[in-house]
Amino acid sequence: MLRRPKPSTRVWLAVAGLMVASVLVVGCSARPAQARAGGSSANNATVQRTIENKGSDTLVNLALAWAEAYVLVKPEVRISVTGGGTGTGIAAMLNGTVDIANASREIKPEEMKAAKEKGMTPQQFVVAGDAIAIIVHPDNPVQQLTLQQLSDIYTGKIKNWQEIGGENRPIVLLSRESNSGTYVYFLENVVRLGKKSDLLFSPDTLLMPSSEGISAEVRQNPNAIGYDGLGYVTPDLKMIAVAKDDKAPHVLPSKEAVTDGSYPIARALYMVTPDAPSDEVKAYLDWVRAEGQMMVAQLGFVPLQDR
Amino acid sequence: MSSEVISSKARSRWGEFFVESGIRILGFSTIGFVLLIFFFLLREGIPAFTKVPLGNLFGTRWYPTFDLYGTLPLLLGSIVVTITAIAIALPLGVATAVYVREIAPSWAREILKPMIEVLAGIPSVVLGFFGMTIIAPLIRQGFGPPTGLTAFTGALILAYMALPTIISVAEDALDAVPTSYRNASLAMGATHWQTIWRVVVPAASSGILTAVMLGMGRAIGETMLVMMVTGNAARMPLGLDALFMPVRTMTATIAAEMGEVASGSTHYHVLFAIGIILFLLTFILNLAAAQAMFRKRRQGGLR
Repeated sequence: MLRRPKPSTRVWLAVAGLMVASVLVVGCSARPAQARAGGSSANNATVQRTIENKGSDTLVNLALAWAEAYVLVKPEVRISVTGGGTGTGIAAMLNGTVDIANASREIKPEEMKAAKEKGMTPQQFVVAGDAIAIIVHPDNPVQQLTLQQLSDIYTGKIKNWQEIGGENRPIVLLSRESNSGTYVYFLENVVRLGKKSDLLFSPDTLLMPSSEGISAEVRQNPNAIGYDGLGYVTPDLKMIAVAKDDKAPHVLPSKEAVTDGSYPIARALYMVTPDAPSDEVKAYLDWVRAEGQMMVAQLGFVPLQDR
Repeated sequence: MSSEVISSKARSRWGEFFVESGIRILGFSTIGFVLLIFFFLLREGIPAFTKVPLGNLFGTRWYPTFDLYGTLPLLLGSIVVTITAIAIALPLGVATAVYVREIAPSWAREILKPMIEVLAGIPSVVLGFFGMTIIAPLIRQGFGPPTGLTAFTGALILAYMALPTIISVAEDALDAVPTSYRNASLAMGATHWQTIWRVVVPAASSGILTAVMLGMGRAIGETMLVMMVTGNAARMPLGLDALFMPVRTMTATIAAEMGEVASGSTHYHVLFAIGIILFLLTFILNLAAAQAMFRKRRQGGLR
């Protein structure tokens, strides 16, 4: 636009026009094809039904594993799973684009209110348990922290590893983005210690767009501290043992520690439906909460019957 | 026979008419789309200014989940990253353009020009991943900030991304300087370097300014790369060390949070308000570039 018009500009415009036209043609010709496909499957005995499933990035691998296994149980039901964060999933559910929202926290009062305004009565189903591991670089000598210390670290009161028995290094705080259920859980239960307060993450906290972003930075930076679902902790990251208070013992996160309640940063993971679930969705949720639990432990989460 | 000639002529004239008007509609539709987008931005973004007190909206704390909508750290974050990126890219870009246009032998030019175009084709997410896993650790070890995910890391990779734009526009500008200028300068006894530095580059300065503005527009709007390498901490980038601390830009904020918000909420409107600010910034940059070119042309200069 700002450059001197060249003779080639016209050619490019023509090419662009052709591209638009071809997209239109493809778009028109694709539609009848789809209609044909729909018609033929209706003739078959197996009617395809798709369950849209979206939300928590913590839950996404587990939800994918369930969806893949469920094909063997009921081939006629297709389940499509996408991540994006708990808030994203619930927003999509409220907008009516998904059948099940995956959530790593309970539905918020304002989300419940928005649902009521749209005439929905969301239902929550606990599908698994999860521990949130505190992770640091393998070379970091710090072994254990209390919840109070974690809160002081994440609000910026403790700024150097020296203050909590480490080397003389600045602390780099890593967190998930604010659309993550893990972010909300961590804020309420660790930063605010489960009490009503207006403590917030320090403004110096790095907000990473994904779990992998946190792992990548912790893996290479000995200054960093981060948090992540237990299922996402790889052997090249070091986990910190956490104590509820000064008197309680420091406990490393594990399936057993969540089950007996000794690890303090553990939570339930949910699937949320916009209303009382339809038959297909109900059947799927029942399967997830019964047979589906067998695969939970393999992926690093905590099965329901153990809780 | 003569009637045949006329009819074929008439046909080609009709064909030309359709093609021309088709192209014209496509051309003008661009303006229409820009206007539509702007109205949509305004419609969704204006409520933010009525719902959120201005003191909060231009405050220094960005915690949207807790109704703190201070956009100042985001605005400054974008500005710091963009200006640093241009400060790195401008000398490199102009030097490359001068080399390619004025100094390089023709065989080298044949190789360099397509290579520069290829540079423009690398997807920003790839550069972002490269920056996150390779550049960031190097920055931390080399310069010693607590983390490698800093404004400087983002600016460095953004500079790399803005380079192709700057090089090709600046090269066009140098290309437009008439050979007679060069010949006159050389005839006056100036060396090759003096000719380039005192005659050719000043004559092309408005084109180079355009290149910088376009590069800035490219840098300020970049999202994915910035989100991956700048750490996204919404802190005020004040003080000398701010360059080597994390920042959160406007684009990264919109990208990271738009998926979450319930449509129609205050947070949603504020994100669109940030979109308006971004749109205005790039609009002003483009306008400034066009203005620079226009003024130069009226003074009888080149381009």
